[in-house]
Amino acid sequence: MFALAALPALAHKPSDSYLTLQVAEQVSGQWDIALRDLDFAIGLDADGNGEITWGELRAKHAEIAAYALARLAVEGDGAACPLRAGEQLVDQHTDGAYTVLRFRADCPRPPAHLRITYRLFADIDPQHRGLLRLEAAGLSRTAIFSPQAAGQSFELKAASRWSQFIDYGVEGVWHIWQGYDHILFLLSLLLPAVLVWRGARWQPVGRFREAFVDVLKIVTSFTVAHSITLSLATLGVISLPSRLVESAIAASVVLAALNNVVPVFHGRRWMVAFFFGLIHGFGFASVLADLGLPQGTLVLALVGFNLGVECGQLTIVAVFLPVAFVIRRSRFYQRAVFVGGSMVIALLAGIWLAERLFNFKVLPF
Amino acid sequence: MPRPSRRLLVLLLLAPIGLAVAAPFTPSSDQQVLERLPARAADPRMRELVDLRRRLSAEPRNAELAVLLARRYYDEVAAEGDPRYIGYAQAALAPWWDLPDPPLAVRVTRAVLRQFSHQFEPALADLAEAVRQDPGNGEAWAWQAAIQMVETRYAEARNACQHMAPLASPPIATACLAAVDSVTGNAGPAAAALRLALQNNPDVSAPEKLWALTRLAEIEDRRGDFAAAEAAYRSALALGITDGYLLAAYADFLLDRGRPNEVLALLKDKERSDLLLLRLAIAAKAAGAPQLAGWSADLAARFDAARLRGDTVHQKEEARFALAVLGQAPRALALARENYAVQREPADARMLLEAALAARQPAAAEPALKWMAESGIESVALRTLAARLKGGA
Repeated sequence: MFALAALPALAHKPSDSYLTLQVAEQVSGQWDIALRDLDFAIGLDADGNGEITWGELRAKHAEIAAYALARLAVEGDGAACPLRAGEQLVDQHTDGAYTVLRFRADCPRPPAHLRITYRLFADIDPQHRGLLRLEAAGLSRTAIFSPQAAGQSFELKAASRWSQFIDYGVEGVWHIWQGYDHILFLLSLLLPAVLVWRGARWQPVGRFREAFVDVLKIVTSFTVAHSITLSLATLGVISLPSRLVESAIAASVVLAALNNVVPVFHGRRWMVAFFFGLIHGFGFASVLADLGLPQGTLVLALVGFNLGVECGQLTIVAVFLPVAFVIRRSRFYQRAVFVGGSMVIALLAGIWLAERLFNFKVLPF
Repeated sequence: MPRPSRRLLVLLLLAPIGLAVAAPFTPSSDQQVLERLPARAADPRMRELVDLRRRLSAEPRNAELAVLLARRYYDEVAAEGDPRYIGYAQAALAPWWDLPDPPLAVRVTRAVLRQFSHQFEPALADLAEAVRQDPGNGEAWAWQAAIQMVETRYAEARNACQHMAPLASPPIATACLAAVDSVTGNAGPAAAALRLALQNNPDVSAPEKLWALTRLAEIEDRRGDFAAAEAAYRSALALGITDGYLLAAYADFLLDRGRPNEVLALLKDKERSDLLLLRLAIAAKAAGAPQLAGWSADLAARFDAARLRGDTVHQKEEARFALAVLGQAPRALALARENYAVQREPADARMLLEAALAARQPAAAEPALKWMAESGIESVALRTLAARLKGGA
């Protein structure tokens, strides 16, 4: 006769223990372990009447501490931290009563790097999980221990200010390289940099220096502008709906590109860059928010991110400008790249504008 | 459409604070009872488990002993619903658990344990290999059918039932096929055949009768023959076996009939089981019982605890809690959709339809409606929900 194939109804969750570690000058811990689990492992019901009383539990405290702490290992900076049991209390969790084992880990010095190996009940209940909450350096983090993930490591010190600065800078660079709309806007302003509007038409600029100064003004004013709005948005001073911002960014690209084909602004493109840079800054703000901003080093993050964006832009310029300058006299540049390219950019940005205004997606990027 | 119950929500938001305030304590008396175990040590079932466990630890590679112990643990799960026993059973099979080619009995037991945590594909793979090696393994066929039903693979389920039929008692064989028939457009004949099989075989064991009667009740309930369904549920309950699934199913039947007070009586003192606590909370809300706030807070805490450890097997229950107790239709719909991606039994479809209706998103119910059209399921409840969804209610 075989067990009947009905999918039985799960009444509870499987076994968990709750392990909290606090790292300050010392490492102290609290470990909540279910009485049901301990009874199965080492037996708690001394008189066998199906009830675990406080008296029965107290009598087993030493054995519980020895059993549990033998299955937990804490290493600080590579050195073993012997565990010393403290008192035991009781607590109720959603699925029954737990013993609350307080203990210390005697690390030779306050650790910067902690490695924890958790093996409680691994041999008798592979579904058991150790739920860790680790509090160190003002941060709280969590982890789940299982037989498949028995050993886990944690970096405790907050990263140095310099490395945080670099991190945000890298994010800024990365975001500009991935921000196709920002890049196309920039390109739209850069394409005419090696040309100059004279005699009602575009003519190749004379010296590289002219082009270079023009580009510098454009890129810098763009950066200054988006830094302003990015900071204002990040600090919560101004908040604009993202659909409006994204649509405005797409519109700015259309206008900048079309301006190359039918010049309306040809003298002071840095003002165009500044004006639209204000809008682009709002677009960056959501990225920064997603990264998570550290309260203590907000200025650091903002400066780092903005400088990163600037660096990212400068690399694009460094690639584009010399090439453009060299071929600026050719029909290829003046027709295909400049006019044709601007029209392609305008078309692409036009599609983005429609997508963002009316909330659908046609392009894969 | 129900408004979110504001008072309930506030209470639930305060619940974590309440739980935080319920800090560790030192009991005042040695006699204070902290935990009740499922049975006394002298209980024959417990004694047998302890004895088997001792024998297995002396010879851990004795496959026969290991399978026996694992099965005993699994029987405890059905009685209590406590999944700790699944872990213990898995530990008993540790020497073979990760082997691609374990002994046959271990393989079947491994499949049974895996389907518990919804690892349906690995379980089916094990079962397919088991029947390949031993076509006379009725249990493997029965489990194949059960899992294939959850995945709406009805032709394969029917095939598995047919292979199982000569290896099982008539009520079991008939119940397997009836379950498939009832969701593929033949509910009436299926119910009649099953009822007849039960009548003609009065001497089958109580657990088998329980299983067959539960299936019959479900089929009659779906068909809309509520008197017959109630009779089947009551007969099953009268067998005196504690079965969480049966209690939950009958409670759902009573809730549908608008009889929440009977649910409160039926499930009295059974709050320890998450599934039954859910029905109690729904009944308390319908009946206006005072225990609603406490039970809801408890249930919410249990779902949170399960989420903390990364469990995702409770989505149908959580969806039902979100909708029926808290009135949070969008959240219920999200959970119902996630659940339907894994499990597609009629109850899962019903949850999806109810949530889609409450959240006013008929498009979300598409997968379930498609299944209804393709399978030919006869269900009064599902038909009503589908009509309301299409009618734009």
